[in-house]
Amino acid sequence: MRSTPVPPAGERTVTDTWLVVPLFEEQSVIGDVVRQARQTFPNIVCVDDGSSDESAARAREAGAVVVRHPVNLGQGAALQTGIEWVLTCTDAPYLVTFDADGQHQVSDAVDMVRKAREEDLAVVFGSRFLDDRTRPGLLKRIVLKTAVWVTNRSTGLRLTDAHNGLRVIRRDAAEHVDLRQDRMAHASEIVAQLGRTGLPWAEHPVHLLYTDYSRAKGQSLLNSVNILVDLLFR
Amino acid sequence: MSDQIVIQVLLLVAVSVVAVLLTRGTANARHQAIRRILLVGFVVVAAASVIFPDWLTWLARQVGVGRGADLLLYALVIAFLSYIATSYRRMSDLERRITVLTRELALTRTRLEDVEEPADHAE
Repeated sequence: MRSTPVPPAGERTVTDTWLVVPLFEEQSVIGDVVRQARQTFPNIVCVDDGSSDESAARAREAGAVVVRHPVNLGQGAALQTGIEWVLTCTDAPYLVTFDADGQHQVSDAVDMVRKAREEDLAVVFGSRFLDDRTRPGLLKRIVLKTAVWVTNRSTGLRLTDAHNGLRVIRRDAAEHVDLRQDRMAHASEIVAQLGRTGLPWAEHPVHLLYTDYSRAKGQSLLNSVNILVDLLFR
Repeated sequence: MSDQIVIQVLLLVAVSVVAVLLTRGTANARHQAIRRILLVGFVVVAAASVIFPDWLTWLARQVGVGRGADLLLYALVIAFLSYIATSYRRMSDLERRITVLTRELALTRTRLEDVEEPADHAE
């Protein structure tokens, strides 16, 4: 059990929160992502999802704890492993799910943890549609908005963004998460499970950086068909 | 031609059953027994239709299909669909188990590494 110190007042770093980063073949960026995030969040666990490249080593060099899946399972499975690791190996009151490809801003994560603390929220979902900083293409916008609609219909929550990987989850809420969707459909599943807890939640505007790198790695729109099938035929 | 309604209803019911199979669990022993009985029935009917081709044609006419061979084709389509449905279920169950195993392995290995080099990450 890693003990998690309470952050001293006025400190810039957030020491009582663990960043959970699902990691799959991101060797060219993961080192920088971890190094940059560690300036604010010293506690980072990367769940390497059976990458065949040097991702795990890069993450470890940069100072993250690395949990390795021996075989590739999918992002949902990696996320669940990371959450279980935080719950069983640390006593952190908060965890933040964070993407490995550098799309998320550390400053957004800091704001979201602060919001959770100040407003006593169990869950804070990041949303790229609450302000106009993020500019996805038209087609991507349509697909994302459809995903939001499907997720809202099936979960009963009213979210403005569904497939956003940046979330703050308090320990008591995280204990109710049991992702069975190994692949991309976990994004709707986690919203449903967190919603069912009845704990207080909120959304927070975040800015996603659509770099050439993330665009090249990002979800193919066709993959939304897979997500739908995974959700329908469990 | 109004006889056709019989085969149409039969086929639609069969397709619906397959669709339900896809969304519901089939992993218990009762379902397995039913699957096996159906398989044996299918083999018997297939053999019978080879030995008594007229019988199959007679059956086909009863449900409004022109030829026995057509009825056989319909039966094959349904059998194939249910095969897809049940193997999809079994595949997901298998994946689920692999996920649980892999996660346990990954977490255990990390905890062991922690015990071996406790100074790591302490900085």
